[in-house]
Amino acid sequence: MNSKAADRVATGVFVAIAIVIVTILVGLFFYIFVNGFKYISFDFLTSPSSNVRAGGGIRDQLFNSFYILFLTMLITVPIGVGGGIYMAEYAKPGKVTDLIRTCIEVLSSLPSIVIGMFGLLIFVNTTGWGYTIIGGALALTIFNLPTMVRTTEDAIRAVPRDLKEASLALGVTHWHTIKTIILPAAFPSILTGAILAAGRVFGEAAALLFTAGLSTPRLDYMNLNPFSEQSPLNIFRPAETLAVHIWSVNTQGLIPDVNEVASGSSAVLVLSVLVFNLLARWIGSLIHKRVTATK
Amino acid sequence: MEKVLPAKDRLLKSNKSGLNGELRGKMLVILCAIIMISATISITIFLGTKGMQSFTKNGISLIEFLTSTKWNPTDKASPMYGVLPFIFGSFAVTFLSALVAAPLGIGGAIFMTEIAPSWGKKILQPVVELLVGIPSVVYGFIGLSVLVPFIRENVGGLGFSLLAGTIVLSIMILPTITTIATDAMSSLPNHLREGSYALGATRWQTIRKVLVPAAMPSLLTAIILGMARAFGEALAVQMVIGNVRDLPSSILDASATLTTIITLNMGHTTYGSVENNTLWSMGLILLIMSFAFILLIRYLSSRRKLR
Repeated sequence: MNSKAADRVATGVFVAIAIVIVTILVGLFFYIFVNGFKYISFDFLTSPSSNVRAGGGIRDQLFNSFYILFLTMLITVPIGVGGGIYMAEYAKPGKVTDLIRTCIEVLSSLPSIVIGMFGLLIFVNTTGWGYTIIGGALALTIFNLPTMVRTTEDAIRAVPRDLKEASLALGVTHWHTIKTIILPAAFPSILTGAILAAGRVFGEAAALLFTAGLSTPRLDYMNLNPFSEQSPLNIFRPAETLAVHIWSVNTQGLIPDVNEVASGSSAVLVLSVLVFNLLARWIGSLIHKRVTATK
Repeated sequence: MEKVLPAKDRLLKSNKSGLNGELRGKMLVILCAIIMISATISITIFLGTKGMQSFTKNGISLIEFLTSTKWNPTDKASPMYGVLPFIFGSFAVTFLSALVAAPLGIGGAIFMTEIAPSWGKKILQPVVELLVGIPSVVYGFIGLSVLVPFIRENVGGLGFSLLAGTIVLSIMILPTITTIATDAMSSLPNHLREGSYALGATRWQTIRKVLVPAAMPSLLTAIILGMARAFGEALAVQMVIGNVRDLPSSILDASATLTTIITLNMGHTTYGSVENNTLWSMGLILLIMSFAFILLIRYLSSRRKLR
């Protein structure tokens, strides 16, 4: 009887733990959205931020976030997919492969602030660029690369062996098989992984503090010349992203409406990450259906 | 019409370009692998040499740096560079948050795998994935606007405290621990459960005496990965911990960690100055700790393979 009572108590405790976890999440989302949506308006999203006065928006920060994300993915995806192909198709068990695995493990466990410091040392000080978008994108590339490599490797390993063997048996070379058979088959998983990684990059701030900086110059959105100082497309200008903006208004901001701006920005940030996650699932299943012709 | 080549030439040509493409493709992916190795090595070397500068160039004693509790780098007459309070703060928030998050995370994992495998997993799995998706600054902001005032009014102190940092970090590392612990529990062979039930053990006895001991190395890995994340987290902690340079005497005292001091001071110290160099040394400590966590995980997984 005693052990049965203990069993019942234990079950109760586990249920309570599960309830606590769910409550934390519901509470967080409730707080973010209820507090944040009040302040999100067309004006908030399209007006530039202000350093001293109330009523600033997040137009530039939003643009910077997406631009840095775009550049990061532009650099990460080819290198990450290439690394994943190497690990899944070419790497032979041995010292070199072990070394690469260790490197991936080290890179993925580095605190993002350490990656930010490395970025400051190399992309800001050594190159003499100062705080730039490209410096931030390169730092985020280091942050994102291990995820991308793992995703690709797993996706390629999940492709049925028969496909590869059939292709090789037809006399197609290894690289051509990878290009025309394996990569298309692994594409849905790679894309899903890339979008999920994009969500993570979008919310990252610590690696950008010292690489892309805490300020944005006055931008002229009509100026599309990427070499002009005021052009939003210039990759050698400092750029404060949305996540960094939330941090900086809270810790060193002078504006009176800190709470409004931070709440609104947090809601936009979390909503974007949420959209990335849903998009990843949706596109993943859509392509999977099309490729495998299942309903 | 003139584009059609004789079969002989065509075959020769495609064969040649195919071989070239083969080599080029292999070179391309090897290059990607080399980029990863060189990134890791250059991070280690550059941060290592830069972090050593405060000892080699500025002549700060390593022992004093690691054991002194006096941090006053801006004092003109006798600047002091003791980072023990920050090292202590980092370890304190890391261990305390693991202490809070480990039971919750492992409990959640057991709930998903043992108590309610069907519907429990359907609810808790997306919840955990959504928790991962919330950016760390948002955790920090909520901590700052909800948790800090709450502690100030209901528990005492300033609100900015070790306690606030611990709670924020616990929630942040909860999904890490839960995910890995769930994988560990669900990869246990089913005959363990069945054997235990067949002996007449209750579910709790099975969990406590059979399943948890069997999954122990993986559960420890989960906790250590969570701790590694807590140790390196910067912005969320920085927003709620108060950032003072004294050793805290209770968990309601404001404190500081290595990451928060780096975050705060890196921007407004001159590059190359002594104070700036000590920040790089703190970064080196973070790097070394992250290697230490990897070694610890390696050790645990080698123990798992031996069994």
